[in-house]
Order: sequence, then structure tokens, then C-alpha cells
Amino acid sequence: MSNVFMGMPTLPVFGDGNLHIEETFPTAAHRELGNTQMRANLRHATHTIRDKRLKVVAELPDWEELRDAGSATKNLVMANLPALLEEFEKNFTARGGIIHWARDAHEANSIVAGLIKEQNTTEVVKVKSMATQEIGLNEYLEEQGISAFETDLAELIVQLGHDKPSHILVPAIHKNRTEVRDIFLAEMPNVDPNLTDEPRLLAMAAREHLRRKFLSAKVAISGANFALADSGTLAVVESEGNGRMCLTLPETLITVMGIEKLLPGKEDLEVFMQLLPRSSTGERMNPYTSLWTGVTEGDGPQNVHLVLMDNGRTAALADKYGRTALNCIRCSACMNVCPVYERTGGHAYGSTYPGPIGAILTPLLTGITSEENSTLPYASSLCGACYDACPVKINIPEILVHLRGEDVDSKRGEKKLPSQMDLMMKGGSWAFSSGKHLGLLEKGLPLGKLAAGRDKKIKALPGIAAGWTQSRDIPAPPSQSFRDWWKKDHTPVAATNKQEK
Amino acid sequence: MSAKEEILSRITSALRDAPAPGPVPREYRMSSDMPEVELIELLVDRLEDYKAHVDVVDVPQLPATIAERLKDATSYVVPHGIDTTWLPADDARRRIDAPGAVLSVTELDGTDAVLTSSAVSIAESGTIVLDGSGDQGRRAISLVPDHHVCVVPVSSIVRLLPEAMARMDITCPLTWISGPSATSDIELERVEGVHGPRQLDVIIVKGL
Repeated sequence: MSNVFMGMPTLPVFGDGNLHIEETFPTAAHRELGNTQMRANLRHATHTIRDKRLKVVAELPDWEELRDAGSATKNLVMANLPALLEEFEKNFTARGGIIHWARDAHEANSIVAGLIKEQNTTEVVKVKSMATQEIGLNEYLEEQGISAFETDLAELIVQLGHDKPSHILVPAIHKNRTEVRDIFLAEMPNVDPNLTDEPRLLAMAAREHLRRKFLSAKVAISGANFALADSGTLAVVESEGNGRMCLTLPETLITVMGIEKLLPGKEDLEVFMQLLPRSSTGERMNPYTSLWTGVTEGDGPQNVHLVLMDNGRTAALADKYGRTALNCIRCSACMNVCPVYERTGGHAYGSTYPGPIGAILTPLLTGITSEENSTLPYASSLCGACYDACPVKINIPEILVHLRGEDVDSKRGEKKLPSQMDLMMKGGSWAFSSGKHLGLLEKGLPLGKLAAGRDKKIKALPGIAAGWTQSRDIPAPPSQSFRDWWKKDHTPVAATNKQEK
Repeated sequence: MSAKEEILSRITSALRDAPAPGPVPREYRMSSDMPEVELIELLVDRLEDYKAHVDVVDVPQLPATIAERLKDATSYVVPHGIDTTWLPADDARRRIDAPGAVLSVTELDGTDAVLTSSAVSIAESGTIVLDGSGDQGRRAISLVPDHHVCVVPVSSIVRLLPEAMARMDITCPLTWISGPSATSDIELERVEGVHGPRQLDVIIVKGL
């Protein structure tokens, strides 16, 4: 297949799965903000991780050079994706691995279910994976009569608590230790009833709970953090050893990975394995990283599969301003520094991908007009903290603004009458087009003072401006504008010079 | 059209207006000339930060140190290629895992400790790399027993990850270990000891 595009451009094909938000971000955020316990938990956790990250990043004298290399590498990968995918497939296959291609969530789910059924088992162990979360694999397998056991501690907490993940790295970040203990006591069979909320003992309880599953599982399912095209190697980065258990002990290993995860070769992995651990958990290196290339005789799974999945990634790639969102390595540094995420939590974003990266990635994967996803790019004050923290320098604020524009443009055709926003923008454009126009408007300032009344505050504005006064008052405007005051209080410079002479 | 053809065609269509990518700048550190003493010091500092126990010994002290670290184990497994002169003289506690004579998962689960060597170590991040060679064994043996004793020859220590990467055969099944298993999943506080070995003892050997 050639890289030169020959035929008609095809329309973007969007993704499906746990990506469509059912209520608007403001509605969901309003509800989540009422959960004061969750806000306290999030504040504690995000501040802990921010401090750790800053400390380990400051240790490296070449952090910015690593970011530059990481960013350029990802741009290179996206530009050469067809060739790199072919190269990866060739090498992975040559070493005994089997590749499957999936256009969307449903196709990926059914491939995985089919592979599990071939092994005559109804139980699988899983390593934490964003891709399988995105396609709703666990729910699909359940419908097929297959139980998928999450083995990452935080995923286990979420699964046992019949909850949803709220963070891509620490899915149970919204729960504190006491809440975790209560979930374990209620849901974990054979748990010690005297279990305390000490994190070490909670981790031990998870070890006991999962040990038998690991040692007896026939099939494991994983995601992948990186794939190296020139060798056909896959990498999984983890902490607890649950990843190693799943990647080593079962006879069959099925990995689900988005097509954007490729790197050209190991000289690129050395960059990303410095960027990722420091950005995500704030550690110099995560406790365990596993790399495997197809099948190794006598060591680990002998039946090794990889599902390469699109599910909207090519649609994101077609957006010339948004495509760099695919450079994301899922470190979660952007959510840990985001003032909006810190307060609303991840559930408010309604998608597998929360936080600043989720606010751009979700609508890019699904299209801006899908359900309520158009409200996500507004879930930001555009402060830019995410851009500063991003190890691959994704300009998230710029893409947020671009997607807001897409949203406005997509709605333009629907309406026959101009909206309040259209009228305000028109008015603003007229007012700021000349000093005379502005002067004319400023004559109306005393009216505002009148509206403010005795306590000198405007408490409710009409129409869409009501959003502004919903949680704050506007102080009464002054009786004269700054420009008027300046005119009265300052003698023109030329005139002063004349007087001095 | 197959799924593969369709996805590749979608990508090509998506990229039709994409600008040509720039070169990848590699201005980050790729080599260092840290003296051996400092390399050891840095690696020890990092490993201890991960709550691993570290001994630094000369070659003649290695067998005694290994014996000391394994003294509480009622059984231990070694890979077939381990240097037998390192091992304690007793035989009863020792199980050897070899191609054609592998221990079952249940046997490994009933074994207290594992002794392996290692391929390369990165001082700056406190990372030890196992590559499945004869003196390190297949991945399961260094995973299932709860206590891992790992020998690190000084000649295998480098400062930076890019230096280590140059020494790795990427197609081997690789395991990078940075401390005992740990989790930060509860309130982002690091706790050592989950599914992987809960105790990691590292023996750095000078002159090896």
C-alpha cells in the first residue's frame, strides 16, 4: 500500500463505545461538585502527585530536550502510520504473534470474545487498559457469558464497588482509604472482617483475593503502552506485578491496542520510558515494565494475539488542528494539574477519557456533534497548565478553542434566527470597531448603576448572561468610563510642553 | 475490503493535508562518564528509595552474602544457567528450573525465594533489567516466589537509560524491575508489596 493518497477522500469514520456523554458537562459537573468527600479526596491526591512529579522532573537536566524528542517522534509516527503499522505487523507475525485489525469497538469486542471462546474458558484476567475500557469490553464479555477479572488494585476497587473509573491512571482516585475498606468488606469473598483502612493491608487483601485467579487463568487480556515497529515488540508499564502475572502465566495473551501507540524503534522507547513514569506516578521509574516480541519458546504465553484498533482514531487524525491529541501517552499529568478536573472529578466528563485530554480526545474520536460531547471543550478555563505539564507537548488549550469553533460552526446551519450569542458578538464587534461607538455605549453606564440599586451590586443578568451572575454578583459600574476620566484628568502632552515654554 | 485495508485507507485519507514531519531532535543525554564508585552510590540510593535491600560486595564475599539473604527461605529456585560457585553448599532447599525440566506454577508458588543474575542496570532510575538468559531464567521464576534475590555485576551498571538500551536485545522477553512490587492506587500514596515479589534484595558485585 502506497502512502500517496490516490482516491476520493473518505469521510471520517467516528468511534463508538464508552465515549458518548449522556448529559452535558455543566449538568454533570454541577452534580459532582455537590460531593464534598470526593472533592476532598481529589484535592489531596492531585496535590500529592503534583509535588512528586515536579520533584522528579527537576532531577533531569534534559527534561525539555526529552519532551522535544517525544513530541517530534509522535508527529513522525502519525505522518508515517501506514508504513509503521505494516512494518510492525511483519515483525510481530514473524515471531509467532497473530494480528487482528478492528475498525471499531464492536469489531474489537467480537474478535476478543471469539479468541477467548476458542480456549474453552469463561474466565479471563485483565491488566488495566484504557483501550478495553473505551470499547466496553468487560460489559460485552459479560453478555457473552465470560467473566473478566480486573487485577489492577484501583480497577478492582472500581469493579467491586460497581463504580466507574474517574482517572486514567488511578481509576479509584475519588475514593479514600476508608471507602476502599468498606467496599472490600462488602464485596470481597473471604475477606478478614477486621480489615483496617491502612493502604498496606488493603493491598495485601487484594493480593490474597487475586492470587488463585492469576495462578489458574488460561487467558489474559492487556492493553499496551508502546509498540516498536522495527522489532515487533510490545510494552506494558505497571507497578503491582499484576501486569507481569497476566503477561507471563496464562497460555493465551490477547492485547488490544489503538493504532496510534506505535514508535519506530527502541531508540524512541528510551525517550518515552523517561517521560512516562515521571509524568504519571511521579516516580523515577515504575516498578515493572514488561516487553515481549511475539512468542518466546518456553517463556510466557505461547498463543499471542494483538488487536489493532481504529475506533475513531483515523477521524481524529483527519482533523488538522486536533490530530496531535493522538500523541497522548496516557500519563494523566494534565488531569493532575487541571483546576477544573480537581474540582469536578473524572465522572463529570462522562467518557473513558476525562480531564483536559479527554475534553479534546473524546469529541475528536466521536465527532463534535455526538450526543452531548460538544460541551466538553468548554470544560476548561484555558489556563494552560495542561500544556505545560504534557510530556509530549500537546497544545491542549489551542485544540480546545479549535473544537469550540467546530461546535459553533456545526450549530450554525440548524438555526434560522441568530442566537443571543450571535447578537452579542455582533454588538461587540460594532462597539469595539471605533472609539466613537464605544463612547456612545459608555454614555449608558449610569443606567447600570441604576440597575445595581442601593447595595451597588447587579445580582441577575438576563438571557445567556445569567450564567455569569449565577454564582457571583457584578459590582455596579462607575459613573464615568476610564476614557472619560482620562480625558478630564490629563492635559494632552503637546499642550503641557507649550505651557512650559 | 478487509479491516486492515480499510483502516490503512482511512489513515492515508486522513493524512492527505498533513505537513511533512520535522526531524526528531535528540539533544537529550545519551552517554555519561560517571566513575564506578559514583555509579554504585547512585544505584544504591535509588534502590533503597524503592525500599529494596542492597549489599555491595567483592566477588569472594558473594557466596556468603547470598547464603545470608537466603537464610530464612525454606526453599529457593535458581535458573539452570546460574553460576553454581555462588550457591550455598546445601542442596535440599534448592530447586533448579531448566528448559525441559520446568517447575509448575504451583511449585513456584510453594517456593519461598528466587535467585537470579541480571543483564543491565540503570543507576539514575534504579532499574534492573532481566532478559531471560540462562542465569536469569524464564519470567515466571522471578515473579511467583515472594522474595527475589538479584545479583548485579558492577560491569552491567550504566548511568542512563539510553546507555542501557544500547546493551539490550529488545526481542528477548524483558522485565525491568525498579524495586519490589508497589501500588499508589490508594490516595496516591506508594505502598510496597502487591502481586510481584514483596521483598527485593539486590547484591551489587564489584569485580564482576
